[in-house]
Amino acid sequence: MENSQHVSLQASELSCFRDERLLFSELSFSLQAGEVLLLEGANGSGKTSLLRILCGFREADAGELYWCGSKIADSSYYNDMAYVGHADGTKKELTVLENLKFALALGSAGKYDIEQALDKVQLAGFDDNPVHTLSAGQKRRLSLARLLITHNLLWILDEPFTSLDRQGIKLIESLMAEHIAQGGMAVLTSHHDLSMADLNLKRIHLQACQ
Amino acid sequence: MPIIQAFWAIIRRDLLLAFRRRAEMANPLFFFVLVVTLFPLAVGAQPNLLRAMAPGVIWVSALLAALLSLDSLFRSDFDDGSLEQMLLSPHALSILVLGKIIAHWLVTGLPLLLVAPLLAVFLGLPEQAMGTLWLTLILATPLLSLIGAIGVALTVGLRRGGMLLSLLVLPLYVPVLIFASGAVDRAASGLPVGAQLNILLAMLLSALVLVPLPTAAALKMSVN
Repeated sequence: MENSQHVSLQASELSCFRDERLLFSELSFSLQAGEVLLLEGANGSGKTSLLRILCGFREADAGELYWCGSKIADSSYYNDMAYVGHADGTKKELTVLENLKFALALGSAGKYDIEQALDKVQLAGFDDNPVHTLSAGQKRRLSLARLLITHNLLWILDEPFTSLDRQGIKLIESLMAEHIAQGGMAVLTSHHDLSMADLNLKRIHLQACQ
Repeated sequence: MPIIQAFWAIIRRDLLLAFRRRAEMANPLFFFVLVVTLFPLAVGAQPNLLRAMAPGVIWVSALLAALLSLDSLFRSDFDDGSLEQMLLSPHALSILVLGKIIAHWLVTGLPLLLVAPLLAVFLGLPEQAMGTLWLTLILATPLLSLIGAIGVALTVGLRRGGMLLSLLVLPLYVPVLIFASGAVDRAASGLPVGAQLNILLAMLLSALVLVPLPTAAALKMSVN
């Protein structure tokens, strides 16, 4: 991962309205390689909206996002980020292997090949199972496996721990720690308190404005 | 080139999906066959009347079958988050969208192409019009998928977009219907059909170029 020292995500004075209601305004932060940003706040405080702005699905009502110093539209941002949201982004009629192969075709190859990634998320041996036969937690692991097989520096995770068992949570935390140690970065929302003490953690607490 | 790989990957995936959901995918084809076969039962077995109506009946049924199949173009991708992943891909969304439209045509348009001549014989369409019927189907069924894609992309985010989709897309389908059934009609009476076929070809070529970009933009808006 060359130049990982210079990689940064910067948000300057973002604000977002939803149905005439102000969710947040003048929100600025910056994230360097090796840092994790945890978004906290009550339900409806705009965590997911902020993540969707970071993904480019929504336009911020004001403010700008910068990747490595240039606006995200003019940078390699979409080549360097990956998102796992509420929806798994997998096809339930296709097998685990077919889903991951397709994800790989959409992006560029990353640190691990498909077999290694499945091993990492403890789905080895499920290659040929159609996704609809997997449990909710296994589906989540599969969408997280996508992060491992494609090239990316920034992980954007919306509630990554939902429907995972305790062992699964530990697993994701260790994968995230590994990603961070290699110069990656992550933005996530979670109601689960991260137990990683050695992590370079930043927190933003969003408060619903009335 | 990675973008070409992604383009093929999307076509391959959608064909595989269609194969796994074949019962659902066969619906528009069944609809097409049913409508055409019900006509003679309803209007009575009058060979002259059926022969005169054949181009219109086949084309209206093909058009409605295409309309029926449109929603499946982006619906499941929208619901399960695959569309979000496609938006985040570093590749141009318009190329990926074109791949999806081509796969949709292969699944819904191509079968019509294979069944239609059989139904035309069944309605008593003169033999000299068969070639023209084929040509209009080859030119115009991809056109139906392409035009429909814009409408679906605009309405996929709405909970009950079905009605709106028909309202948006049908007016744009009308010229296709007029030129396609007109050409078959003329061929059946032994008149030249070059003008109609050329217009259909021109519409197809411009749609191939003009459709993917606004469809991609509309999908971005729908995901918002």
